[in-house]
Amino acid sequence: VNAAIPIHALPDPTCNDAVLKQRGQREVFCGLTGIVWLHRKIQDAFFLVVGSRTCSHLLQSAAGVMIFAEPRFATAIIDERDLAGLADVQEEIDRVVGQLMSRRPDIKLLFLVGSCPSEVIKIDLARAAQRLSGKMLPRTRVLHYSGSGIETTFTQGEDACLSALVPELPSTDEANLLVVGALADVVEDQFLRLFDELGIGPVHVLPSRRADALPPVGPRTRLLVAQPFLADTVRALEARGAKRIPATFPLGAEGTTQWLKAAWDVFGQDATRFAAVVGPRRERAARSLARHRLDLQGKRVFFFPDSQLEVPLARFVARELGMQPLEVGTPYLHRGLLDAELPLLPRDVLLSEGQDVDRQLDRCLQQLPDLVVCGLGLANPLEAQGITTKWSIELVFTPIQGFEQAADLAALFARPFERRARLQASALPRHGFPEGQAA
Amino acid sequence: MKLALWTYEGPTHVGAMRVATAMRDVHYVLHAPQGDTYADLLFTMIERRNKRPPVTYTTFQARDLGGDTAELFKTALHEAHERFAPSLMLVGASCTAELIQDDPGGLASSMGLPVPVVALDLPSYQRKENFGAAETFYRIVRTLCPATATSRQPRAVPGPKAARRPSCNLLGATALGFRHRDDVKELRSLIAELGVELNVVAPWEATPADVARIPQADFNVVMVPEVAHTAAQWLKREHGMPFTQTIPIGVKATWAFIDEVCGLAGIELTQDQRDKLQGMARSEWYAKSVDSTYLTGKRVFVFGDASHAVAAARVAAHEFGFTVVGLGTYSREFAREVREAAAEFGVEPLITDDHLEVEDQVRALQPELVLGTQMERHIAKRLGVPCAVISAPMHVQDFPARHAPQMGFEGANVLFDTWVHPLMMGLEEHLLHMFREDFEFHGDAQASHLPATATPNTAVADKPAVEPNATPALAGAAAQVAAQVAAPATVHAAQAAAPITAPGWADDAQRELAKIPFFVRGKARRNTERYAVERGMSLITLETLYDAKAHYAS
Repeated sequence: VNAAIPIHALPDPTCNDAVLKQRGQREVFCGLTGIVWLHRKIQDAFFLVVGSRTCSHLLQSAAGVMIFAEPRFATAIIDERDLAGLADVQEEIDRVVGQLMSRRPDIKLLFLVGSCPSEVIKIDLARAAQRLSGKMLPRTRVLHYSGSGIETTFTQGEDACLSALVPELPSTDEANLLVVGALADVVEDQFLRLFDELGIGPVHVLPSRRADALPPVGPRTRLLVAQPFLADTVRALEARGAKRIPATFPLGAEGTTQWLKAAWDVFGQDATRFAAVVGPRRERAARSLARHRLDLQGKRVFFFPDSQLEVPLARFVARELGMQPLEVGTPYLHRGLLDAELPLLPRDVLLSEGQDVDRQLDRCLQQLPDLVVCGLGLANPLEAQGITTKWSIELVFTPIQGFEQAADLAALFARPFERRARLQASALPRHGFPEGQAA
Repeated sequence: MKLALWTYEGPTHVGAMRVATAMRDVHYVLHAPQGDTYADLLFTMIERRNKRPPVTYTTFQARDLGGDTAELFKTALHEAHERFAPSLMLVGASCTAELIQDDPGGLASSMGLPVPVVALDLPSYQRKENFGAAETFYRIVRTLCPATATSRQPRAVPGPKAARRPSCNLLGATALGFRHRDDVKELRSLIAELGVELNVVAPWEATPADVARIPQADFNVVMVPEVAHTAAQWLKREHGMPFTQTIPIGVKATWAFIDEVCGLAGIELTQDQRDKLQGMARSEWYAKSVDSTYLTGKRVFVFGDASHAVAAARVAAHEFGFTVVGLGTYSREFAREVREAAAEFGVEPLITDDHLEVEDQVRALQPELVLGTQMERHIAKRLGVPCAVISAPMHVQDFPARHAPQMGFEGANVLFDTWVHPLMMGLEEHLLHMFREDFEFHGDAQASHLPATATPNTAVADKPAVEPNATPALAGAAAQVAAQVAAPATVHAAQAAAPITAPGWADDAQRELAKIPFFVRGKARRNTERYAVERGMSLITLETLYDAKAHYAS
């Protein structure tokens, strides 16, 4: 470990095939964190983590504001009786689920979510889910997936969750478009209106807002992927006959246009309609970006790995805001899903996959970028060293996709600079009232 | 397995991190999968620390489990030592690594590092954060302060004629502790004021070399028993060092603490010294001044870690004149102390780490003020009860920019302000509600300072029995009739939970009820209805209302 594996120089270095791969300490969340947005997205689902006090502490720390509500997630904390075999783990799960369901009889879909400890001691959650489904259907369906840190990084938790949903989707023979990946409701509604105006349909989304209204899938389903971290979900959907439409991700005016265009090229009929529907929106988005471009042009930016959104984000800041990405770190680089994105990255960007955080910090401090996009564990320590930072988590929790959010996305990169400028001490005005003005 | 929607304490290794992060020149190598690094942001975001915690996580993955995770640990330890060059290393496992049994302590000792390595064995599936902190501090002290054949001898009290000034250590303050930063500052100056030398503060900003000097002092001041009690007991046994028992929260406890410290130091304060200290205790006079009369008997519910909860209950009862109606803690390690304190107030102690149980209790007891953690603040907010935060778990709001200690005389001043303020705000809110229904100041009325226009006020039938321009104190006086109906000494949970079929209200009783000030009207209604239900009455008359009032007043 920790030894830097030399850069894999592949035949054509102009296509960012050179990727720095390192292993060491990772400063990233585990897949359980996805529960924080997934439980808000699927409004009748409950997420029960089978794990430790650490899992529970992580979730409440990551979802700080949910203290205000009774959130639809919880942890079944494994204790020494379970480990010593004094308690039958499967019976314990039944008991805890019973307790939970008596509190929340409104739940239609229950996810048993595996964690590091439950994976290591090999708790069979598949068996538990099947047994409980048998007992609780038709009222409640029980599924399982793993959000453990030994298998998943941050947004991969959503990939695992959606993959678990795929076998449950009803089959169809109709030709339809399936948008894959959780988007903020406001963004999802905007896209659905656009598809409607474009005459593309029927359109479904995964995950759906209600667990009892899952989208259908079949051999004539085409997939438009909205998030870059859904490799397993796409694979599972392809196994059900669906085909992915290669596209960029809908970040920025350009990214959103190309994303929509990819779907149009498959489903569109009237040749002029795309320009008529998308053109004005794209222009409005581009106009809204102009001011931010003035502020951000030429700024050197360094991405620490976090959500796998890093590559499309770097493409956006480089092409639409004129920023200069130095290193773009990502936990995993799925070349397949990024096929339309990678060629759009500037050639001199260093792509890095995985992480050795101490070495990456060394590289970062050596280059002294104008902006570092990183997790909350690194942001304040870097700020204290005089480096401007943007918390990457905000890029996951804020609606940033689509035309109407392009400027919001740009503003996330611009605000740290604006704040720094405001706080930078300009000379204080002279004290006291100017002469002759006293009452 | 236990169903948990929220927990008061984190896992044991977070307790160890709090100790490591508080210290200097220490590095902690934690055998852990990716994701456990979330704990870093507790320190960098909640406490706004400007450095990463001194922790290296080995970050093992599923594919390593079949291979050599032990080797991974050794490499991480080796590299962390090279990079950070600490003078003490801690090694341990998080919950997942505990299961794979790589034995970080054994692996570390096989590597022969040139610095002391403390192996932490923190059972993640049985214990919690505070245990982790206490155990870590104890292990560090034990490693750095070896006992000798002579060190166990009990020490002589230094006394004023000793060759050097008596000295003590201040133990227990950690990173991510409730006001530890400010309490250290406060106690540091108090101890100096007493003429006692402060030898070492630990773990707060202590180096391993500082910790090694702990036995040079005459005695220990235990500021945070949750963290330092285990170490202090060991230092007493192995180094003959006595330690303080009093937590100096509140004026009375601060004086008791001063007497305890003076006793251990063998010194006596001059009258001048006492007068000077007394002058700092503003909260005592504030509580006596007549505007505080309205605090009398306010029903307060207290929940938190053991030392803050017990101290808060005593301050509430004996310094501010509140009535403690409930007391509880999530610290099972100190359940005995909390039970004893609860007995002082004649209440049932609540020992639980389930916030839903705490919420049920608050609901049932209907306190007028909640002193608790951030969770109780949210519970109180939902129930519309004023609240102040007195204890961890930590929240970004618990790290104020200003100096805001809990301990010592200035700490007592802070308590007065921070507990009384929400009550004031609560009263203001009630007055706003009250005047909203007033004949003169109701919602549709024109503001009274504007010139009159055509619309005359229509008299409201159920005007409250308070003059519209009443000050809070006067409103309080007018409310006394109602308050007697409204304030039985205790409401038992069982009674509150009993199903009540509300009897009907006769018109005259309903009108009389409407005259009772808004802020006690709800309680008056509930008590009267309960009185009626208990007597099997189906209609509440004017007489029933006053019967109930007399019943609860007696």
